[in-house]
Amino acid sequence: MAPPSNRRSGNSRRAQYSSFFSFLAGFIGVGVGAGFLIIAIADPSAFAWLRGTASDAVSPVSSVAAKGRDSGSNLIEEIGGYFRAGSQNALLRRELALAKAKLVESKAIAEENARLKALLKIADGKPAPVATARLIGSTSSSTRRMATLHTGMSDGIAAGMPVISARGLVGRVIETGSMTSRVLLITDGESMVPVRRARDGVAALAQGQADGTLRLRLIDLGINPLKPGDTFVTSGSGGLFRPGIPVAVVSSTTRDGALARVLSDPSASEFVAVEPVWSSALARPTTAAGPAIRTKAPQ
Amino acid sequence: MAGRLPLLGFVDPRRSLNRVPSPVLALALPFFSVMLGSLTPAMPLIASAPILPPFGLLLLLAWRQVRPGVLPIWSGLPLGMFDDLFSGQPFGSAMMLWSLTMVALELIDMQFPWRTYLLDWSVSAAVIATSLVLGMLFAGSATASILLVTIAPQVVLAILLFPLIGRLVARLDHVRLTPVVELR
Repeated sequence: MAPPSNRRSGNSRRAQYSSFFSFLAGFIGVGVGAGFLIIAIADPSAFAWLRGTASDAVSPVSSVAAKGRDSGSNLIEEIGGYFRAGSQNALLRRELALAKAKLVESKAIAEENARLKALLKIADGKPAPVATARLIGSTSSSTRRMATLHTGMSDGIAAGMPVISARGLVGRVIETGSMTSRVLLITDGESMVPVRRARDGVAALAQGQADGTLRLRLIDLGINPLKPGDTFVTSGSGGLFRPGIPVAVVSSTTRDGALARVLSDPSASEFVAVEPVWSSALARPTTAAGPAIRTKAPQ
Repeated sequence: MAGRLPLLGFVDPRRSLNRVPSPVLALALPFFSVMLGSLTPAMPLIASAPILPPFGLLLLLAWRQVRPGVLPIWSGLPLGMFDDLFSGQPFGSAMMLWSLTMVALELIDMQFPWRTYLLDWSVSAAVIATSLVLGMLFAGSATASILLVTIAPQVVLAILLFPLIGRLVARLDHVRLTPVVELR
């Protein structure tokens, strides 16, 4: 298709000017964009208020859609449930019997644990959540891995708070609007979580790779002791995440660590809990995580 | 001219007599549809990898290719700004890339006044791939761990989806020019 003829300027001075100025406007756009980009890269939180306002504005629609997602997936599960009701019933009965025995056992262990902790004067490291909410969106076409959470400053959410689903660590809050907040998922390339192997405490750093996996880097280099199937939990160092939150399972080993799958699948979790920053929950003196976070965190 | 108008169903030829398209709709629909494409991150899809194509950019490109001149050269800036609010990229990334896109397409139009389907598609493919790679570099400048492999599926999907988005925009263009305002 040939371009419309009005875009050929020819001899008309007016058309020439209009073409020139529209190009000029285009190049000014490039320059303005580059300026904003430089500011944003130098100070990633520079335009946080703008993004917060924008995501607050669309959150009513997003949250309704998120509810739709939940009921949609539930419907399919319910229909599927009828087909395997009988075999599932038998299986569940057997599991229930086992679980009852285990429950008694674990109650005893919990009691013992509480007693020993009291003896050592360690506070129970599981603070009450600040809020529970739905994840209502994510940056699904960017290489940054962030999600939008349907709760914000009005519920006492502040930057730095860990976000946890029933299956494990999801991420932490980085920006807050009044009704929504932005969560940096642990799979983001700039997320770094101190972890340890659940079994024996081998320490590592879990860095996101933006493709749904984590790269584990061992802190003590030497012979790589990791094996596929090893489970990693948060170690609590750094003071942001409380220790013992499940994070990832090793899928393959590398020279200096391993690649791991994330345990919490944010797309499958209906609700997530936002917990206070761990070291503030314990009312500890300020350490590495930054005092600005602490002063805002409610108890 | 009347006939079957997509999305609005059948329009009686008599009802389109003495009517003109609404100027508001004609001007705003391209902008509005691109902004709607930019709102993809507000969908309740919690992706663990960049998988969805950048719908805002695809719609911008499609409007530019299907109807040159409807979106002015400067429109990359405001539309990019809206995209940046939701995309998760550093603010200014889409403002710059989309403005560059509009300027580049204008220059390409001057080089190749007679265009073909294949040329349109390959130009768009080049723009999509370049923007996604540059966007990745802007976003992941702090880490070296993000690889081209991560965005390869997204690039391929976006390029393959482009002709379909072009069709969608052609339909929207019909809607845009539906005669709805009565002349007096």
